[in-house]
Amino acid sequence: MRRRSRFHRLDRRASPYLYVLPFFLLFAVFGAFPLFYTVWVSLFDWDFLAETHTWIGLANYTRLFGDYTFWNAVLNTVQILVLATVPQLVLALLLAYALNHRLRMPTTWRMSALLPNITSVVAVTIIFGQLFGRDYGLINYLLGLLDVGKIDWQAGKASSQFAIAVMIVWRWTGYTALIYLAAMQAVPRDLYAAAALDGASRFQQFRKITVPAIRPTIVFTVIVATIAGMQVLAEPLLFGGGSVTGGSDRQFQTLSLYLYEVGFTRWEFGYASAAAWIMFALIVVAALVNYLLISRLRRHS
Amino acid sequence: MRSRLLAGLLAVALTATGAGCGDDDGRIHLTVSTFGEFGYQPLYREYERLNPEIRITERVTRTEDHHKNLAAHLATKTGAADVEAIEEGWISQFTNAPNRFVDFNEYGGPAIKDRWPTWKWAAGSAADGRVIGLGTDVGGMAMCYRKDLLARAGLPTERTAVGELWPTWADYIATGLRFRQRVPDVAFFDGPSAIYRGILGQQRVGLYDGKDNVVVRTNPAVKRAWDLSAQAVSAGLSARATAFSADWTAGLAQGLFATIACPSWLTNYIAQQAASAAGQWDIATVPGRGGNWGGSWLSVPRQTEHPAEATALAIWLTAPEQQARIFESTSNFPSAVDLYDDPVILERTSAFFGNAPVGRIFADSVTALVPQYQGPRSGDINARIIDGLTRIEQGRDSPDESWRKVLREADALS
Repeated sequence: MRRRSRFHRLDRRASPYLYVLPFFLLFAVFGAFPLFYTVWVSLFDWDFLAETHTWIGLANYTRLFGDYTFWNAVLNTVQILVLATVPQLVLALLLAYALNHRLRMPTTWRMSALLPNITSVVAVTIIFGQLFGRDYGLINYLLGLLDVGKIDWQAGKASSQFAIAVMIVWRWTGYTALIYLAAMQAVPRDLYAAAALDGASRFQQFRKITVPAIRPTIVFTVIVATIAGMQVLAEPLLFGGGSVTGGSDRQFQTLSLYLYEVGFTRWEFGYASAAAWIMFALIVVAALVNYLLISRLRRHS
Repeated sequence: MRSRLLAGLLAVALTATGAGCGDDDGRIHLTVSTFGEFGYQPLYREYERLNPEIRITERVTRTEDHHKNLAAHLATKTGAADVEAIEEGWISQFTNAPNRFVDFNEYGGPAIKDRWPTWKWAAGSAADGRVIGLGTDVGGMAMCYRKDLLARAGLPTERTAVGELWPTWADYIATGLRFRQRVPDVAFFDGPSAIYRGILGQQRVGLYDGKDNVVVRTNPAVKRAWDLSAQAVSAGLSARATAFSADWTAGLAQGLFATIACPSWLTNYIAQQAASAAGQWDIATVPGRGGNWGGSWLSVPRQTEHPAEATALAIWLTAPEQQARIFESTSNFPSAVDLYDDPVILERTSAFFGNAPVGRIFADSVTALVPQYQGPRSGDINARIIDGLTRIEQGRDSPDESWRKVLREADALS
């Protein structure tokens, strides 16, 4: 009897840890170890195929700070991040607000909002690549009908980054909208009823009730979108037809793409690792800045 | 009870991971990893008939991905095929890491060395003389053109007369200007890649001196190739199509450009993509005659479990008889010197290109070829230079501005 209860106590204490253990084991192998190994690699002149690697201390990091192409990639990433995230979150908010109303076949509408997100990114990029094609693209065809003239989407900095931002918005708006929708459904209905009695318009209800009520969710999506936006890789890579430089003038090369170029075409693993760590630091900074901005908004309203 | 269950599960897991390694049918399984179109499929079956103990499977990957995968498999010492193809743009990166490969000198290399021209053999060898790659094909260089489009410009269309239009690249550009005046809605050539690679390929010294120093900044030959290409591009002769892009393929099929500098392997690609325009295409000599773009080698990674069998297969696949047959089926031009005066090659014509004597044209071009040393990052540096020409086409930069950026990019790759 005693033995049984001791086992029972052990079970109650240890079991929860056992349940979460698989995640931490996998994380240690595929997350933590590579993470810290990258620190080690970043201190070497580490050619991928060489047998020996030379210790060079922080030289990779100092080289990075003077590397024009790296900072060009940082700037491009931030520009695409702003171009993609702001419309994405605003559109998602409006979409969620619309989905939150009584609709026929609500599940169908909600499912279709998620469709772009479960489509393969390669397929999305190929379709958009054709939309934004220079000679045979649909958009240029329509512009031609309007007699506006063709746009060489890939050639320009603004046009190429706009095209990539459109792909990201297309992919992620529905997903974010569903997160907002879940939060909106937790807002008590009587708040709206009371506001309606007081004569508040739909827009006033949206601004004064919905948005404040789901603010924590908005903070969450802003941070998640920032982190994802800082790591954009597939869209610019495929938009450029597989070119690792992101256009002839690196006009749409993102940080991840630069990392890919250095690591997997130039095989400078030490340098790529250093870039990965600076990128990590920049993501933390960007997420923090956004968090502070959003929380300031909270205090103001 | 519980512990026995656990032991059972463990045993199952161990068996599962242990399976799959053995050659359970008693045969030796070899994997060959290639890209693009090597045309080896029928040869594998024949090799298996000649060597009943061997079974061959092939992996085909996109060219860029193939070489990235190979590097990853070599660095991690696992996952490489028994025979791995390597293209010209990457060969020097791998000859710089000879420890990762089997040295063909240990498997009868010296006896077959004379099959190849010296430069092809040397390009597959490391600095210390170890041989990691046996030559498969060479590109050579010719000029593919559309007869109907040249006719619209009042230019000759017969291939000897067309070749005489452009003894030099300057003549080629002058012809392009005449063409553009008379046929303003069609470009004279496809895009910057082929013309730039055509000119650079004729120089004795290219992007590297013989000792792995990048000489883009100081070598007048590179600047000459750049200046001529930039001039042609600035004059609006280009269809502004990046090689192998959708626009480029569409341009081939629809005749949006009149000429394209073509190595032998490209002629097969043109014939496939422009099938609807059969009879309109022909081949003339390239300005400056010789030249090379592309060509590959077969290597055997050291990690293979069957070095003797894998090297034997690579030697057989690259033997002159097999190279001649591959030229028949895929237009990959042989790198075996003895074939260049062999009727098998010389008498070969191409129906798609108006029965042009492709064998003789490419044999001449390869014989006139000036061997050029390819350094470890030739592929990347060439891509950055072609980016520079694209910037001019796109109107992003003036030729001088663009060249300054090219030098900065080349320095980063030095």
